Amino acid sequence: MTGGMLGFVIVGIIAFISAFFVVKSEDPVRSAIGLVVNFLAIAVAYFMLGAEFLGITQVMVYAGAIMVLFLFVVMILKLGSRDKVVDRAPLQRTAAIMLGIALLAMVMSAVIGADGAVASSVEVGPDFGKPQTIGKVLFTAYVWPFLLASILLLVGVVGSILLAKRKG
Amino acid sequence: MEWITALGDLEGLKSGATVYGQGGPWILGLIKVVTFILPYLLIVPILVWWERRLLSWMQDRIGPNMTGTYTFKDGRKFKILWGIPQAFVDGIKIFLKEDITPKAVDKFVYFTAPAVALFPAFALAGVVPWGPKEGIYGLLTPIADVEIGLLYILAVSSLGAYGVVLSGYASNNKYSLMGGLRASAQLISYELAMGVSLACIVLATGSLRITEMVQKQEGDLWGVSQLGVIQNWNIFTPFGFIAAIVFLVALVAETNRAPFDLPEAENELIAGYHTEYSSMKFGVFFMGEYAAMFLLSGVFMCTFVGGYNFLPIDWAQLSQTASLGPAQPIFAFIDQAQYWLAPLGFIAKAFGGVTLFVWLRATLPRLRYDQLMNLGWKQLLPAAVANFIVVGIWLVATRLYGSAGGWIAAIVSYALTYLFFLKFVFKSKTGKPTFETRTVTMVNSPAKKEAS
Repeated sequence: MTGGMLGFVIVGIIAFISAFFVVKSEDPVRSAIGLVVNFLAIAVAYFMLGAEFLGITQVMVYAGAIMVLFLFVVMILKLGSRDKVVDRAPLQRTAAIMLGIALLAMVMSAVIGADGAVASSVEVGPDFGKPQTIGKVLFTAYVWPFLLASILLLVGVVGSILLAKRKG
Repeated sequence: MEWITALGDLEGLKSGATVYGQGGPWILGLIKVVTFILPYLLIVPILVWWERRLLSWMQDRIGPNMTGTYTFKDGRKFKILWGIPQAFVDGIKIFLKEDITPKAVDKFVYFTAPAVALFPAFALAGVVPWGPKEGIYGLLTPIADVEIGLLYILAVSSLGAYGVVLSGYASNNKYSLMGGLRASAQLISYELAMGVSLACIVLATGSLRITEMVQKQEGDLWGVSQLGVIQNWNIFTPFGFIAAIVFLVALVAETNRAPFDLPEAENELIAGYHTEYSSMKFGVFFMGEYAAMFLLSGVFMCTFVGGYNFLPIDWAQLSQTASLGPAQPIFAFIDQAQYWLAPLGFIAKAFGGVTLFVWLRATLPRLRYDQLMNLGWKQLLPAAVANFIVVGIWLVATRLYGSAGGWIAAIVSYALTYLFFLKFVFKSKTGKPTFETRTVTMVNSPAKKEAS
């Protein structure tokens, strides 16, 4: 087993355990912490694949900003009390399992080729994962999706201000 | 042991051409970490002492100056290092104190939080360069010269919010939770302004690498070759100056220092998120705060104030252009000294940043929560974004019409932004002024009394 493979296995185990913890933990704050650990582990996996920019964006956006807001909201809503989470929608579990299987199938189809062989490695150029490369691609080939995503975010910002605005 | 001989071939090592042999790289990594991470740990007591002494000097007190005094039998006294031992003695005390864990805390989170709080400060240390890229320093520092250096700093410093938030939550105490919530709101708000102000520098440098940023700042001032003797530190350029101010304010908020120390405001929150922490668990928070302060002021120095170069003077060029006979070798000598003393220069400059923090603490009263949010969202963030746009215009104009065109475009767009701000941003619709000013009239001014 090579060093890279060993690292990947360790990171994968951490990611798996933390993801399991997110689902199984009864305390929402602990669930959120588990999710943070999961995001960090996936970021490390990105680093090991040479996608430094993607990994650091993962840390900055998900672990650094979104999850802090999550924790913030969870804490505000649970001030003082420590209720256990109760599953109020029994169908949710079945739906989640089916969606999970669908996701697994999608990922598998990407890894396993049409002839049934597992793609072991992919050749990439020396510029792979560099911020300059990603920026160039983002502003040329994918400029419309990029602009659409920004407009979506802008709408979100305006909407939240509208909701938070004092009446009158 | 081939790696020791391999170390001699610096250029080969940096280009990756030299073969290390068994165990080479990890020993090199260990050397790097011990040499350039340990100082952050050791400097914390000195920072604490420095803050206490400076603060007491500013407040007309004496401060801790007695510890380490040795009195001889004949009554003569010998002071060791102006009371610096006080900080180390305090460190020993905090280690040996009784460790109390309140019954109602969430144990798992309670014990994890201090570690989480300490982590970012030391993780950040990995990308900050202590010396030039050439020669031995290029091999040793920064520990990891990553492509995405600045993003790494933003990402890891944003993880700093977890320490305070989790400790506030785990304490299971209303005031601590309030401190944690305040901290998270504050950190998220100021991260944005910080990120955008750094983005200006990224745009101007064209790279996210911190070493490249420092190197770029060693160029000619404003790109004019006649001014080449002076280095082009970012803070000397208009865009860099605005970005530096925004970054500095955001930095103080990020490290939870006065006047932005709302998360731990003693008079309302009983020491904030670390109320329930005792002994070394509190000490870890304390250490994390000071290490982060030192490190982030180091980042400030690297991105805006020329990094490890102590003075903004290009000694090598000065020694080449100097017409005076004896001046030439002197300048050449200073150039060499600057190279070899680069880490000391870095430490001195980071210390200067910490001094600024202490000065702010001694000068400014704590902000109210709404003032804090107004400053972050309504003033700093628009200023940073406007600055970012102007830098973009500047760069495009420079590329199209040359240096003069760039300057004209920058001045015009700065003027337009200022007018825009005056008309829309600084004017509130409710009629209340956005900038709150309060004046205190001294009725019984002591100075006047003495005069009369």
